[in-house]
Amino acid sequence: MPEDVGTLNNPADEMGRRQFVAAAGLGAMGVCYAAAIAYPVYRYLVSPAEQARELAAVTQVTLPKADLPKPGTAMMFRFGVTPAMLIHLPDGHVACYSAVCTHLGCTVQYQPEEGRIFCACHSGVYDPQSGKNIAGPPPKPLSVFQVEVSDEHIIITRA
Amino acid sequence: MSTSSLPAHDNMASTRPKDYLYAWLDDRIGLDAILALAREKVVPEHRYSFWYYWGGLSLFFFVVQVVSGILLLLYYRPGPEAYDSVRIITYEIEFGWLIRSAHSWSANLMVFCVFVHMFSVFFMKAYRPPREFGWWTGLALLGMTMVFGFSGYLLPMDELAYFATKIGLEIPKTMPGMAPIIENLVQGGPEVTGITIARFFALHVVVLPLVFIGVLTVHLALVVFHGNAVPPSEAEKPASERHTIPFFPNFFMKDLAMWLIALNVLALLASVYPWQLGPPADPLAAAPVGIHPEWYFMSQFQALKVFGRILPGAAGEFAGIGMFSIGGLLWALIPLYDRDSKLARRARIATWFGLLAVIGLIGLTVMGYWEVYGAAGH
Repeated sequence: MPEDVGTLNNPADEMGRRQFVAAAGLGAMGVCYAAAIAYPVYRYLVSPAEQARELAAVTQVTLPKADLPKPGTAMMFRFGVTPAMLIHLPDGHVACYSAVCTHLGCTVQYQPEEGRIFCACHSGVYDPQSGKNIAGPPPKPLSVFQVEVSDEHIIITRA
Repeated sequence: MSTSSLPAHDNMASTRPKDYLYAWLDDRIGLDAILALAREKVVPEHRYSFWYYWGGLSLFFFVVQVVSGILLLLYYRPGPEAYDSVRIITYEIEFGWLIRSAHSWSANLMVFCVFVHMFSVFFMKAYRPPREFGWWTGLALLGMTMVFGFSGYLLPMDELAYFATKIGLEIPKTMPGMAPIIENLVQGGPEVTGITIARFFALHVVVLPLVFIGVLTVHLALVVFHGNAVPPSEAEKPASERHTIPFFPNFFMKDLAMWLIALNVLALLASVYPWQLGPPADPLAAAPVGIHPEWYFMSQFQALKVFGRILPGAAGEFAGIGMFSIGGLLWALIPLYDRDSKLARRARIATWFGLLAVIGLIGLTVMGYWEVYGAAGH
C-alpha cells in the first residue's frame, strides 16, 4: 500500500467513512419511505379542493329559458362552484353578476324596492344596472357575466 | 435521583447546547429516569425469540389502522349515504382506493398477527403467574379486534357487507331471549339499515378505539413491568447459558426492521390486490352464491354448519355457540390451571388443549373454504 495515501487509509477513518455511508444510506431510505407515504396522503387530502377548482374553471353556464325571473326579481344559481345572480331589471334588461361580495365574500342580494344590490354583512351597495360598487366597503365592482337570451336558453358567459 | 444528577448538569450546562437541552428536559420530565428504564430493560434471546415480534407487529398494524382510519373518516359518511361515500373514496378521491385498501388489508394482517401472538404466548406458557393479566387483557384485545373487524365490514354497505352483517347478527338471535336485544339495541330495527350502519360506525370509530387504547396501555405496561416470559425449555437452563439483549436500542432496532417488512408486505398487498367494492346492498336481491364470512370468522361459521347437520334446527346452532363459548372460557382460565412447570401433567394437558384448538380452528377454516369453493364451484 503506497505511503502517500496517508491518513485516508487509517482504519479509524475507514470506520468513520463506513458509518457515514451506512447512516446516509439509511437516511436516504427513510426519506424514500416517508415520501412514498406522504405523497398519496397529500394527494388524498387535496383531491376535493382540486376537483372543486376544476368545477370553478367553468366559463359558460346554460339555463333553460323558463328559469328567467319575472321583471323586478332575481334568480340565484351556481356558476361553477360560486353563487351568481341573474337579475331581470324592471326596465326589461337582463343582467348577471357574481353574487360574491368583493369585500369579504358574503353572498349579496337584489333589493328591487331599493333599486340596489346589497350585502348584509357590512352594508355594501352595488348598482344593479352595472354591478359597480357605489357605497360601503366593497373595493371593486361585482364580476359581470355576459347574458344571451335565446328562444330556449339563457347562456351565461364569464367575460 | 435529582440530587445526584443536578451537579453534573450544572457542570455541563455551559459547555454544549445539546447537553444544556438535555439537562433542561431532564429537570422537567425526568429524562434520566426514562432512559435508565430503557437501558435496564432486556429481552431474552433464544431459539424461540422470533415469536417475540408478533405483539409488536400487531401494534404496528393497529397504528396503521388508526392513521388510515382517520383519513377515511374525512370522506366517509355513515347512514344511508354510506355506500355512495365509499364509492367516492374508492373511485373519485385520488389514492382513496389505496387508503381504503391499506385499511382493509392492515385489518386482516392485524387479526392474523394477534392470533399468532396469542398462540405463541400460549405455547411458550407466558400466561403463567405472574402474567395472568397480560393473558386476560390480551384476550380482551383479541375480542375487540374481532368486533372491530365485524363492525368495520358493514360500513361500506355493499352486497357482501350487508349479508355478512345480517348473517352475523342472525346467529346470536337463535339463542333464547337474544332476538329482541339484537333487534332493539344492535340492529335498530328488524332489518340491517342505515340506522345499523350509524350504530356500527359509532362503535367502530369511537367506543372500540377508546376502550381498546385503554386496555392496550395496561397490556403494554404489564409487559414493561414483568418483562418477556421465557419458554419452559429456556427457563430450565442455568443462568450462565441464558442470553439477553438490551431492549434499547438492540431489540427496538429489530422491532423496527420487522415493522419495515410489515410495511412492505402491506404496501404490496394493498396496491397489487386493491380491496374491492361490490354492488350496493339491496334488501330485495338474493344472497350471492359462494358468500362466506371473513377468514377469521370462518371456523365459527363452519362449526355452526357442521352442528346444524348433526342436530336439527336451533339445537345445532345452540351446540355450536355452546362449544365456542365453553372452549373460549377454558382458554381464558388456562393461567389458573397450568400455573407451574412442576405440575407437569397439567402443563402437558394445556399444551394438548392448545394443539387441539389450533388444529380445530385451522381444520374448520379449511373445511369451510373447501365447501364454499370446492363444492359450490363445481
